[in-house]
Amino acid sequence: MSTLLEVSGVTVSFDGFRAINNLSFQIADAELRAVIGPNGAGKTTFMDIVTGKTKPDTGHILWGGKSLSLIGMSEAKIAQAGIGRKFQKPTVFEEQTVQENLMMALRKDRAPLAVLFFKPSKTDFTRVKELADQIGLADALLRVSGELSHGQKQWLEIGMLLAQEPQLLLVDEPAAGMTPAEREKTTAILVDAAKTRAVVVVEHDMEFVRRLNCKVTVLHEGAVLAEGSLDHVTKNQDVIDVYLGR
Amino acid sequence: MNRSFIARNPSVLIFLAILALFTLGVTVLSEGFGIGLISTSFVKVLGKTLCLCLIAIAMDLIWGYAGILSLGHFAFFGLGGYMIGMWLMYERTRQIVVNSLSDGVLPPTPEEITAGIGNQIFGVVGSSDFPLIWAFADSLVLQLAFVVLVPGILALVFGWLAFRSRVTGVYLSILTQAMTLGLSLYLFQNASGLRGNNGLSGLQNLPGITAPQSVVSLWFFWASALALGLGYLLVAWVVSGKFGSVIRGIRDNEARVRFLGYSVETYKLAVFTLTACISGIAGALYYPQAGIINPAEVAPIASIYLAVWVAIGGRGRLYGAVIGTAFVSLVSSWFTGGQAPDVPLGFYTVKWVDWWLVLLGLSFVLVTLYAPNGIGGLIDLLKRKRKETDA
Repeated sequence: MSTLLEVSGVTVSFDGFRAINNLSFQIADAELRAVIGPNGAGKTTFMDIVTGKTKPDTGHILWGGKSLSLIGMSEAKIAQAGIGRKFQKPTVFEEQTVQENLMMALRKDRAPLAVLFFKPSKTDFTRVKELADQIGLADALLRVSGELSHGQKQWLEIGMLLAQEPQLLLVDEPAAGMTPAEREKTTAILVDAAKTRAVVVVEHDMEFVRRLNCKVTVLHEGAVLAEGSLDHVTKNQDVIDVYLGR
Repeated sequence: MNRSFIARNPSVLIFLAILALFTLGVTVLSEGFGIGLISTSFVKVLGKTLCLCLIAIAMDLIWGYAGILSLGHFAFFGLGGYMIGMWLMYERTRQIVVNSLSDGVLPPTPEEITAGIGNQIFGVVGSSDFPLIWAFADSLVLQLAFVVLVPGILALVFGWLAFRSRVTGVYLSILTQAMTLGLSLYLFQNASGLRGNNGLSGLQNLPGITAPQSVVSLWFFWASALALGLGYLLVAWVVSGKFGSVIRGIRDNEARVRFLGYSVETYKLAVFTLTACISGIAGALYYPQAGIINPAEVAPIASIYLAVWVAIGGRGRLYGAVIGTAFVSLVSSWFTGGQAPDVPLGFYTVKWVDWWLVLLGLSFVLVTLYAPNGIGGLIDLLKRKRKETDA
């Protein structure tokens, strides 16, 4: 498998505090990866850096087969390059319908004029319908998304990410606040998505990570502490000391 | 495509029908073409109100839909008025000067005519030379183009600087206030070349037109109604599709739209500039009906009133902006025009000219607290009621 995202030697400080400290790791094409770590380990900051929200002080972030540098690109450009991000809190456009939310996310020309004259074709509607099926919201297409349950909003947001057709999906704590049944479904959606693209899941919940059944990266104080299967990292003494032991 | 757009937005058709009926009614009742029940000066008031409704639609687009509380759109309105005012004043003065000089033995030279016009226009500020910005004042076509271009370019430059630095929320509102205040202070100076605090006057007189004001006022009334109708159609179309989805998304969660891959700054700039152009057109139709424009028109308070109208009417729905503006500005001119009867309380007499602002401020506070959807929210309520009885 070839490398999709390569983070090397990245450091970020906020007012002298090193949120990310010489972080290096790689994500391959069509890989499912879980990132775990205690509070303040730098999980969210890592996402901020990759998606262009935060500029790193040093280091390189290279993207795709052409090794494009992501540093200095705007959030919109990075998203267009193929990186999708899901926030911890479900953030969908609550005053708009499920269909409008998905339609906005569909991979299309994002320039204002193209959007102004955009008219959805049959294929677009079919695609939106497919996505809604995939996230279990086929019956809710015309509902205002603010009326959806917490879990449904999470899925809608995942659906919007899939609509963008990203090569890399960054997902921040998707299972937070979900019922066991909703968790199971979320796991299925993510595992399915990872068949055709890379998916990175940041998660606190060990049980959820175990279900994803994938390679795990443990972050601590802004650097990689351990990497491997969940069983492998949970046996690592450093990991036990800083994270599991508490 | 148009059919489905109208079909999806029945309120557009209803609005256009009401506007057409209103225009017809006023024409029939007017002095110029009808039975004379409505005075010419009131036709002008109504025509001006239509122009204010047009800028209110622009305000609703930028604030109600895109979530950018601009408190400077009257700067664009005023600039539109100044641009058309320059031609009106130049051309009319030229005709008067040519007429008065034609009595002489020799026909006047172009230099004499120019000097005469300059004296007439700039005498009040102690000058007779044409400032550079009047270079194209003799061309109606160019000044009409400036009505759109000058506000548009100012909005483009200002918006580019502000949005690129990601200035949002109340900070952006303050910046726009500073912009309109700056423009107002600049125009107050005699050196600005636009006659300082005198402003431009006599704009109600169209050069070369001998028709009485009762007729001219209707022409402008029709033009204002047409502009409002077209503006309403345009903005309703802009907000109806995916573009509308994106700007409402920016209003509700800017960061999320950015991570969807949309360049938020470009969208904001596009909406800001488009609304500035609409405001310029509204101003260019307003001031010939008002007859005079001076720098006080673009004072910061004017743009705040605009926000109040839209808030009272209900933002995020175009008819709300129109209703709020028509209602508040008409009531306001009734109260401040001395028509409202004073209220004697024995120990104190409430004079509405002074107390109207208090009333307006109170209603603004009450609307914000208890009816955030404004008057337009009532219509939503009725619609929902009807749906429920249908079901």
